[in-house]
Amino acid sequence: MGATALRNGPSPVPAPIDSIVEVRGISKTYGNVEALRGIDLDFPRGKLTSLLGPSGCGKTTLLKIIAGLIRADAGTVAINGKRVSAPGPERAFVFQDFALMPWATVTRNVAFGLELRGTNKAEREEIARRYIAEVGLAGFEDKYPHELSGGMRQRVGLARALSVDADVLLLDEPFSAVDEQNRRKFQEDLIRLRTNQNKTFIFVTHSIEEAVYISDRIVLLSPRPGRVSQIIEPEIDRSGDPERIHRDRHYLDTVEEIWLGLKQYVE
Amino acid sequence: MAVSIRTDGEAAGLASPSTRSATGASWDQPILLRLVSIALFAGIWEVAGRIPVSFAFPTFSDTIVAFFGLLADGSLATAYLSTLQPLLLGVVLSAFLGVGLGTICGLWRTGEWLVIPVFIVLQAAPVAAFIPMVTFVYGIGMTAKTLAVMILALPVIVLNTYKAVRNVNESLLVMCRSFLGTRWQTVAKIILPDASPVIFAGLRLGVAAGFVGVVLAELLITPTGIGDLITFHRSRADYAEMYATIASIIALSTLTLVFLQWVEVRVFRPESRGA
Repeated sequence: MGATALRNGPSPVPAPIDSIVEVRGISKTYGNVEALRGIDLDFPRGKLTSLLGPSGCGKTTLLKIIAGLIRADAGTVAINGKRVSAPGPERAFVFQDFALMPWATVTRNVAFGLELRGTNKAEREEIARRYIAEVGLAGFEDKYPHELSGGMRQRVGLARALSVDADVLLLDEPFSAVDEQNRRKFQEDLIRLRTNQNKTFIFVTHSIEEAVYISDRIVLLSPRPGRVSQIIEPEIDRSGDPERIHRDRHYLDTVEEIWLGLKQYVE
Repeated sequence: MAVSIRTDGEAAGLASPSTRSATGASWDQPILLRLVSIALFAGIWEVAGRIPVSFAFPTFSDTIVAFFGLLADGSLATAYLSTLQPLLLGVVLSAFLGVGLGTICGLWRTGEWLVIPVFIVLQAAPVAAFIPMVTFVYGIGMTAKTLAVMILALPVIVLNTYKAVRNVNESLLVMCRSFLGTRWQTVAKIILPDASPVIFAGLRLGVAAGFVGVVLAELLITPTGIGDLITFHRSRADYAEMYATIASIIALSTLTLVFLQWVEVRVFRPESRGA
């Protein structure tokens, strides 16, 4: 199984060196659908971890529980060792549907997290401008969301999450509403951004290629009930040209391996 | 290479400069069309008046002449002074009260149960029937006229605001919560701006209803202001003057609504400017 480390069962594995998010025994049931059962996970600091699985495996639910946007029926989430049950300043969320305010400019949207925190206007706009440039939207500061393409809107969403300077960025299928060309471009940028920003990313996706392409660590979830079925750490060198990754031998093998593992859950 | 060209690549994909110029060009056309529409209406009126459709139907030109006559002898100004006070008071009170009540009902279940049924009934009721009742209780002064305006304007403002606040974009609420917005911030920065198009639609309908209210009150309760001017000229068979008065209040009502729309786009929804 190559680089794959199989971690399964109820007993939490010993925490890897310096994990920033610790999930213990998380369970969640919607009506009589068991979305998550006994999830134990550690997210290493400074890494990008993907939650990957077929629809219905509870990956978005898990992400929203970590974000404090959904309450778990059982279990705990700890950030930097502190238990949390509501949103906090150490986490920032990037939404699948962008969740941008249509009446606000790019700058105001990006600065919105700071605006809510009471940062003064000049300061928060200065910070917003920096992150707008960082995600490649310089020159679009005064545009409104409807003037931007889907990919650019999600860049605004990412800049907003970056600008509050949280330790953990939670991304909920951020590229699913973005067209294919823009998605690939965005994935490349995300790899670059990760090396610049010393942040922990937790990334929900249903695309195997996307997960392998960008992740340090992939948590495979199996559906009904959602459980951790496998944790994979693809050893891909991402330092050079991001185009090269798609042709990397290890990249292709890992995609294939995950697909073989997930196949059983797909009708 | 792929990383470094990212800004330029995205910039080329944006259609905004062309959108802007297209907006500029299409601006003159609607104005021209509107003027043509008004001219057409005036022309048909003139022809209908000349046939004549009825001896009580003046031509457009006679009406215009009568209008300037009323303007010159000051009777129009006096009438409007008396009509606009209760109208303005009633509309402003309805706007604040209506948006306030509607927002509270949209946010708070108990308030919804207490208040909304009353306004649903009020909106369904032929409210003009209340006007004699208002006269009976409040006499024929300013209070009665203001109340007549409010009875007509308030329900639609409350109900529209309530619906808009209730149906606010769920994902923006979650976004605000995840970025640590307080309850108050959520209302002020997300709910009200998101609801503002529907609230303003309610305000426009409410203001139009307020005009109906004040004219009704002046026709039915207090023979003052515009209502009185209409009644007076009708009784003297000065049909051109009567039509001029009616047309003037219609024009004022229209201008008020256009102004309200302008304020809305200008202040609350800057992104829809030119869209």
